[in-house]
Amino acid sequence: MKEQKLQSQTVQTTGHAWDGDLQEFNNPLPTWWVYTFYVTIVFAIVYWIIYPSWPFGKGFFGGVSNITYVNDHGETVTHHWNTRALLMEDLNRAAREQKPYFDKIASMPYEQIAKDPEMNGFVLSAGKALFSDNCAPCHQSGGQGKIGFFPNLTDDDWLYGGTYEKIHETLVGGRRAYMPAFGEVLNAEQITDLAHYVASLSGIEHDAARARAGDALFHSETAACYYCHGADAKGRKEIGAPNLTDKIWLWADVPGADTANGKLAAIRSVIEKGLNKGVMPAWAERLTPEQIKVLTVYVHELGGGQ
Amino acid sequence: MQTGLEEQLALYQKRIPIFPRSVQGRFRRFKSAVLILAYAVYFLLPWLPWARPDAPSQAVLFDLPGRRFLIFGLTVYPQDVVWLALLLFIAAILLFFATTLVGRAFCGYFCFQTLWTDFFIWIERLIQGERPARIRLYRQPWNREKLLKVGATHAVWIVFSFWTALTFVLYFGYAPDLVVRFFQGAAPAAAYITVGVLTFSTYAAAGLMREQICTYVCPYGRFQSAMYEPETLTVHYDARRGEGSQGRATARAGLRTRDERQAKGVGDCVDCGLCVQVCPVGIDIRDGLQYKCISCGLCIDACDTIMDSFGFPRGLIRYDSEANLRQPVPGKPRLHWKRLKVVGYALALALMSAYLVYSIATRSSFDRAVTQVRQPLYVVLSNGDIRNRYQIRITSKASRPERYRIDAVGLPDGALDLGNFREVDVKPGHTVIVQASVRLSPQVAARTREFEIRITPLGHPQEAMTEAVRFDTPGGGR
Repeated sequence: MKEQKLQSQTVQTTGHAWDGDLQEFNNPLPTWWVYTFYVTIVFAIVYWIIYPSWPFGKGFFGGVSNITYVNDHGETVTHHWNTRALLMEDLNRAAREQKPYFDKIASMPYEQIAKDPEMNGFVLSAGKALFSDNCAPCHQSGGQGKIGFFPNLTDDDWLYGGTYEKIHETLVGGRRAYMPAFGEVLNAEQITDLAHYVASLSGIEHDAARARAGDALFHSETAACYYCHGADAKGRKEIGAPNLTDKIWLWADVPGADTANGKLAAIRSVIEKGLNKGVMPAWAERLTPEQIKVLTVYVHELGGGQ
Repeated sequence: MQTGLEEQLALYQKRIPIFPRSVQGRFRRFKSAVLILAYAVYFLLPWLPWARPDAPSQAVLFDLPGRRFLIFGLTVYPQDVVWLALLLFIAAILLFFATTLVGRAFCGYFCFQTLWTDFFIWIERLIQGERPARIRLYRQPWNREKLLKVGATHAVWIVFSFWTALTFVLYFGYAPDLVVRFFQGAAPAAAYITVGVLTFSTYAAAGLMREQICTYVCPYGRFQSAMYEPETLTVHYDARRGEGSQGRATARAGLRTRDERQAKGVGDCVDCGLCVQVCPVGIDIRDGLQYKCISCGLCIDACDTIMDSFGFPRGLIRYDSEANLRQPVPGKPRLHWKRLKVVGYALALALMSAYLVYSIATRSSFDRAVTQVRQPLYVVLSNGDIRNRYQIRITSKASRPERYRIDAVGLPDGALDLGNFREVDVKPGHTVIVQASVRLSPQVAARTREFEIRITPLGHPQEAMTEAVRFDTPGGGR
């Protein structure tokens, strides 16, 4: 009650009166509020001056704050404040901060990089970013590849060798996989015999008699499979011919087939049609030597190397 | 109907200036003691040295670029954010606990707004004189004397605000070095911006806005009613004693002694107005408990001085509870702590403090995280073995370099391949990532669903930690 009485004593009106008794209350604002309001006005004006703000003509006032950065062509560019330039400035800074690490990478042998916890940590994170940007479209984000298309980098089978030097060679110069189509040279029975033999090498269900026939064909001059895959069928890394005796499949989707016939059909298809699609591009022109070195160590670590 | 008011109305409500008179007494002494202690801690702490092997030798250093807080012998990393949460909880509950017991004790004695305002008023009094002199100065036109005195006051305020702001910044860098760089113009931009903003806000809040911060800006005064109970001790005017049946009256002839006054039904309040003059928020405590009162106790000191000079008993304005004052014969004011609310707050306070102390005392010297690589979940190797890969992160929270050994529990010997990092050195505050892989034959893989990775700091083997991780196999669904 007391509170109400106080209010009615101090109540103020604007002094206007309509219809004789209709009045308008006047509740003054607290000083701090009014000053805060003035501060926001000053803030807005300062903001207009610093940042791009008012349009005039076909353009606009760009503000007095500028951002200078180095663009992709190596030119130094100065631009009025905008988030794209801000991002470029950020990327420039990141590159500057990474430089000492890349310089160190350039001067260190592979084995030493992999042994140094700090450099190894850098390879894991910088390598991951480089791999995601450049390699992941084919080899997938984890390096697991895709059967029938792109090799798995996380297993222990290396088509061209898994040493640092060989991985580096692959990255720099690229690779091209080729296997002739035998559909023209051999008849269907012969191709099936060969498929049974290849299946037997990996311990997959097969007909022993047909596999024996395939074995003979494999080592004969008719098919001459051993030229590339070797007499022991363990492949030849010098030319990227795969090992046929292990449990790893790249081109024939054997693990994906449910039945024994399906698995044989997958092998048959590769022998019959051959291969001319395995292309790894050369990265020497696209990445810096330090970046390729980081990727070499990163990929070596993915599969455990050799 | 009111008309003709236009000329009286301003756009906004003007602050009514307050010129608090200085006073002496128990509460003033306590407030001064708190002020001196708080300032000693705040202004000197950044300069306290503390030897550390691996970091700047500053006792309290909030090392933002290093992502760590160095507080005496304790190093706090971002992972320890739960301690900060606990500390804030404890602070909040302590505030509730104190408020329900003794009112706004925080506001009146400990809040930095009160401390800085108090000190600024002290500066003002030192330069411009006591309350009457300040009022005279305020009313007189702008002449040389006013210009000099007011100018000097503001100048000292700004210098002190600047030192306050600079001290705050010194908590975030190595003080002896930062102070030199600051004046050389070589400190980070953040330091100059922070000092600028804090100088301005200290000057504005403690010099210009003062009680308006408490009244309009701070929400605490507004929700004190939610925490007050009738038993809460707070600054009260004993209206029954002060007003008697005929109200208060000045001590003029015939009303000088207590007996004379009581015979005429006049209360003990001699209406000297001193309690209003000393109030830093400009209220009259005799109007009863109000939201503007920060309960600083200065009116108690003022009233006690007057009561003493008249030979009346002290305590016309005193710490008391509404419940006690309502009684027919008020008893001695006492702390009512046997209340559910108080005991509940105390219990919460004790539990959380105990947990915080326990958590800090039993903190480990490192953190670890083991995550399975999920792309791919598993790899079939040439001979049919199954391989899973894991990423192990070790973050050292120790104060010196430490070597950690990583091994596996529940796996055949040699299954865990750590490359070059069976043992790894980690620098204080650093994180090392180790790539691990586990290779199992299909038979062993089929019965291995889970195993543990164990990380042992070689310096403190008792702190070894294990983390359970899964092992995935082709078609190994559960």
